[in-house]
Amino acid sequence: MLFTIFAILTVAGAAAAMSLRNLVHSVLALTVAFAGLAAVYLHLGAQFIGLAQILVYVGAVAILIVFAILLTRDAGATSQSILSSSWIGNGTVVLVIFGILAWAIHHSATSQRVVLPQPEASMQQIGNALMLRFALPLEIIGVLLTVALIGAVTIAMREKKETR
Amino acid sequence: MTPLTSCLLLSALLFAIGLAGALMRRNAILVLIGIELMLNAANLNFIAFWRYGPNPEALTGMMFAIFSIGVAAAEAAVGLALIISLYRHTKTTNIDEVNSMRG
Repeated sequence: MLFTIFAILTVAGAAAAMSLRNLVHSVLALTVAFAGLAAVYLHLGAQFIGLAQILVYVGAVAILIVFAILLTRDAGATSQSILSSSWIGNGTVVLVIFGILAWAIHHSATSQRVVLPQPEASMQQIGNALMLRFALPLEIIGVLLTVALIGAVTIAMREKKETR
Repeated sequence: MTPLTSCLLLSALLFAIGLAGALMRRNAILVLIGIELMLNAANLNFIAFWRYGPNPEALTGMMFAIFSIGVAAAEAAVGLALIISLYRHTKTTNIDEVNSMRG
């Protein structure tokens, strides 16, 4: 029951984010979708991922997107259609992909599996796993984030020839 | 319907919505938002299989979701920087108008 409410919240937020005309409104709807997804994670017993989802997506990514929208105000965009020129073919592709996915999920072996009791994932276990078994991936993700953020700053920096 | 099936269906629906936004919207920022939604759908799959899978105490699904969130954050930063750079060069974020590399 709780899962259904969270799922409806998430899907409604995502659909509104993808269909609203005003970009700021669609980011607000996106925030609702991310928060609903975090609630689904908490409901599934993944506390750490749920809180990380709130911190990273609701906190950081949404703010980043709002700043990008404010920096790229398009003056003449309000009058024209919000859909791209090739939307009919692309929409068909999307519907076909969703149909295939839903059919595969419905006919897979996952629908007969017995439900196990809630597994335990305490902060201590996650910390141990991150520091021992997954230490190398953690280091690599740190390097990747550093490189990506330096690259983002370099790309977005105003070029010198342009300012003159 | 078992809980795993409903989780997977929710994830497939989110993926389809994100794909629809990425393919059908005209604004580059909305395309990026669609990609973020698709990444989140993948994360939900990891968590669902961790919760209902045979070996939850190994925490692999959860670790994969953590690293996936990290990569998605890096992707969002670089993507938005590219959009800002694109806007500075072409004064638009409409992806239909950015066609200077069209053959």
